Amino acid sequence: MSGITRRQAIGAAASAAAGLAAVGAARASAMGAEPHDQAHAGAEPDSFDEVYLGRRIQGAPSHDGGHHAGHGGGHGAGYSVRIDGDELHIMRNADGTWISVINHYEPRATPRALARAAVVELQGATLVPLPPPAV
Amino acid sequence: MTVRKNQSQLTADEKRRFVNALLALKRDGRYDAFVSTHNDFIMSDTDNGDRVGHRSPSFLPWHRRFLIQFEEALQSVDPSVALPYWDWTTDRTPAASLWAPDFLGGTGRSRDSQVTDGAFASSGNGWRINVRVDGRDFLRRSLGAGVRQLPTKAEVDSVLAMSTYDMPPWNSASDGFRNHLEGWRGVNLHNRVHVWVGGHMATGASPNDPVFWLHHAYVDRLWTQWQSRHPNSPYLPTSNTRDVVDLNDTMRPWGNVTPADMLDHTRYYTYDTAA
Repeated sequence: MSGITRRQAIGAAASAAAGLAAVGAARASAMGAEPHDQAHAGAEPDSFDEVYLGRRIQGAPSHDGGHHAGHGGGHGAGYSVRIDGDELHIMRNADGTWISVINHYEPRATPRALARAAVVELQGATLVPLPPPAV
Repeated sequence: MTVRKNQSQLTADEKRRFVNALLALKRDGRYDAFVSTHNDFIMSDTDNGDRVGHRSPSFLPWHRRFLIQFEEALQSVDPSVALPYWDWTTDRTPAASLWAPDFLGGTGRSRDSQVTDGAFASSGNGWRINVRVDGRDFLRRSLGAGVRQLPTKAEVDSVLAMSTYDMPPWNSASDGFRNHLEGWRGVNLHNRVHVWVGGHMATGASPNDPVFWLHHAYVDRLWTQWQSRHPNSPYLPTSNTRDVVDLNDTMRPWGNVTPADMLDHTRYYTYDTAA
């Protein structure tokens, strides 16, 4: 994971400006979404690849169990999410909802909703590389 | 003896001493070690794997031990300091004195959620965020933006009324007092407060915001209140539970303290008002 490209940086800056007005609305819609509406424990979420508020978000099943493969049964429950190419640390809750290190205390229904919530929270900032497993 | 007080009752001198002790720990690196420990556990505690600090029965004893260790660090700087607690059922708006410039500072500005007043504003150079989840090195907050209302007294009472400490599957899906207090189920107490503060408090690196300690001191106090209301309700589980810290199992990262050791807080500190 190299540093962000110039194009990504420009996109991020542009989104930070243009996207801010949308942040309130995005937050409101994220809050309004009932996490259990779309969550089906055990159901495998689909892959996605889109640009949201100027950031590229991608999600896909990963057979290595995520970043900390094999630790504690795999954090990402076999799914990985990236924002502008950098991996977002995610975790699946027992009820099928998802959290990330950016929005740890507020589950979202799907990895896509989780990635969008992280983009809103990042306000154009880049993720730091995931640290190695510490425990 | 350490007496933890309601933050709204602190004198100006007590606030100043607490803030100065925080800044001293930040300067010598000890503060950031606590942030790292918390985030390491946040990322490794899982519902279907080993879990110690969160989403498990040991959420309460783990954080009690974590706070005691932090309080001892503060007291190594200034022996008069104790952790204050934030009763968010009462002090429930951004106008509360908790968020004044002479204490924790206020909410972040809209442009980037940066806290701009008080001792923890980046302009003061005393509070650089080193343990980061993203590239920003300044403290962030968005009070009341992620969720509109803090938990109410009635919601707290409804959780304190639950008579069973915890239940299988001993994770974020459990019924019982611990999980309703932690907030993965039901009215959502602890988790919701993290989201209400927003910014760093919403992330795995939440102790970057000093309000983390005041929030968890109140959560700890709620545990003592629950114990008083349910004297015959023990910590659960007691033995042979996979991936979970039983009553007499040791907790990482310390390796020498068990939930049983943490059941009576009064050998370490007391609260200003009786439970």
